[in-house]
Amino acid sequence: MIEARHLTKHFHDKKRGLIPAVEDVSFTCRPGQIYGLLGANGAGKTTTLRMLATLLQPTGGTAVVGGHDVIGDPVGVRAHVGFLAASTALYGRLTAREMIAYFGALHGMADGAIAARIRQLADELDLHEFLDRRCDKFSTGMKQKTSIARTLVHDPAVMIFDEPTLGLDVMTARAIVRFVRQCRERGRTVIYSTHVMSEVEKLCDIVGIIHAGRLVAEGTLPELQARYGERDMEEIFVKAVGGEAALAAAMDAKEARP
Amino acid sequence: MNWSQILTVYLKELKDSLRDRRTLISMIVIPTLVMPGLMFGAGAVMSKIVKKARAEATSLVIVGGEDSPGIVAALKADPRFRVVENDGDFRRLVSDKKIRLAVAIPPGFEAALQGGAPQEVTLYHYESEMKSGLGVSAVEGFFRQLRERTVAARLAERGLPASLVQPFEVRRENVAPPEKVGGNIIGGVIPYLIVIMCFTGAMYPAIDLTAGEKERGTMETLLCSPVPRVSIVLGKFLMVMTASVTTMVLSVASMGLSVVIGGMLLGGGMAKAAAAGAAKGSAPAVIPMLDPLGLFGVVAMILPVAVLFAAVLLAVSLYAKSYKEAQSYVSPLIIVIIMPAVMGMLPGIELTAKTALIPILNLSLVCKEMLSGVWNWPMIGLIFGSTVVYAGVALGYCVRMFNREDVIFRS
Repeated sequence: MIEARHLTKHFHDKKRGLIPAVEDVSFTCRPGQIYGLLGANGAGKTTTLRMLATLLQPTGGTAVVGGHDVIGDPVGVRAHVGFLAASTALYGRLTAREMIAYFGALHGMADGAIAARIRQLADELDLHEFLDRRCDKFSTGMKQKTSIARTLVHDPAVMIFDEPTLGLDVMTARAIVRFVRQCRERGRTVIYSTHVMSEVEKLCDIVGIIHAGRLVAEGTLPELQARYGERDMEEIFVKAVGGEAALAAAMDAKEARP
Repeated sequence: MNWSQILTVYLKELKDSLRDRRTLISMIVIPTLVMPGLMFGAGAVMSKIVKKARAEATSLVIVGGEDSPGIVAALKADPRFRVVENDGDFRRLVSDKKIRLAVAIPPGFEAALQGGAPQEVTLYHYESEMKSGLGVSAVEGFFRQLRERTVAARLAERGLPASLVQPFEVRRENVAPPEKVGGNIIGGVIPYLIVIMCFTGAMYPAIDLTAGEKERGTMETLLCSPVPRVSIVLGKFLMVMTASVTTMVLSVASMGLSVVIGGMLLGGGMAKAAAAGAAKGSAPAVIPMLDPLGLFGVVAMILPVAVLFAAVLLAVSLYAKSYKEAQSYVSPLIIVIIMPAVMGMLPGIELTAKTALIPILNLSLVCKEMLSGVWNWPMIGLIFGSTVVYAGVALGYCVRMFNREDVIFRS
């Protein structure tokens, strides 16, 4: 379960002063559901997800993730969350097994439990072939599989995916999408950010459209189609953010951002 | 804060670093092989040059002296000197280092020795040039002997005893045991080397564990784990400390070992070279001995400094976005470290309550004392205490940097 309540994040910048990255974002994501956060680059997706994963502290508002408050108990939140982003890399000098075991240990798991979990994950994700090789020699697909195993080692109730298919080849991207579906089938709470419209159509139960830090539209795909009178996700998205001109303006503003 | 988490982070960083060739080189290869190699190489070359310069005859030009054939002949006959033809511009010859010095003998010099007016011999030399300096003392020795012979002859002429012009003698006797002499000569250099090894040993891992992680994208992965940032910092900090202390201990051990082995191989050669290096002239030909207890004292005193280095290096390189950026922040710090360490080697800077509060300089000063067996406990306490305070502040600052998201996510 994820409940975001009025999440707000402002960054300070020496040149431009206060930058509102996320402004008053509220939504709820239930177990067994995939919540898709759709937005252009720089719309505030990553910042929102980083706040949910307690990597960043909200300037205002809060969120309850897996029964823990992100402000009051960030360590408790992280204990129940699996966070996977394009920016969460692997330690190149560790083997896949060591990498997964390290995060198991950081989650306070006992050695025996870690070993059993690695065996199970290796079966599920087909890691056996490269389990004892160093991560820096891996292909993108192998890296992504190992990263998934890393996020799953403690069997989290909540999964946060921040553009997990970014820069991946078709095969690997499809494998990720398949895996995200599996998470839903197992009753996990899943939040998934992307700017790829087709992924949203295929995957998400509820779609939240975020634009310039604000949640501008939310609903199931049929609901959004009915509201905007469009079938195509891309058309819905452009209408929701207020037309192409508004999108272009936001992209220009983002250009100047760090 | 949770010790088992800190240990988990530490052990992983240790494993990770030990697989990194660059860390291994900076932590193990440089202190054990390169440092003693450099020291011995430089020492051997220096002692060879000094020896050669001593053995070589002093080349000189005689200016004037046409009416003093005896003196000129004596200079020419002396095997220590090689008299060169004067081509007119003797100053240029000295400046160009074609000759070591020029000796100007005034007109009528030899005649004046028989009881004439006092004369003046001028030696034209090149200040601070080693060969010229050696030549000057040799020629001075020659003329001193000549003067003494002249005085003795004049006294004998008048039937006076030699003691008339020498009412008393001044004699020097060294009471400092050889290890104290060694403590002062080597004692200045050792803390300096240790400080540098300690810093360079910490430098590489500190960058790798912070800016390196940011650059490779593993920092965000690590921050996803349910470990408070304090534990992450302390785990990383312990790894940097390990590297720093390992580098330092290995360099001290290898230096100690090479001094012992070198002493056995070269006999007194090293000591002579060291003595010549310290410009003390004729030091006794013993191997410089260090108080072994002092060496332990040095290692104990350096521990809080290692904490200080590790914390500062972590904090500074955490701020950087990339490995390269971190290097450009850290490299100038070496100068900041070297300056006070070098000042401690200078004669005249003494350990006082004020200098005891200047980090690194105080270490350099107190180590010099400890290595020559002097234990100034109040000062040692003051230095240790103040360094512990500095180190604590630095570590606290480092933890604060890790808690700043604008630093952690600076990109």
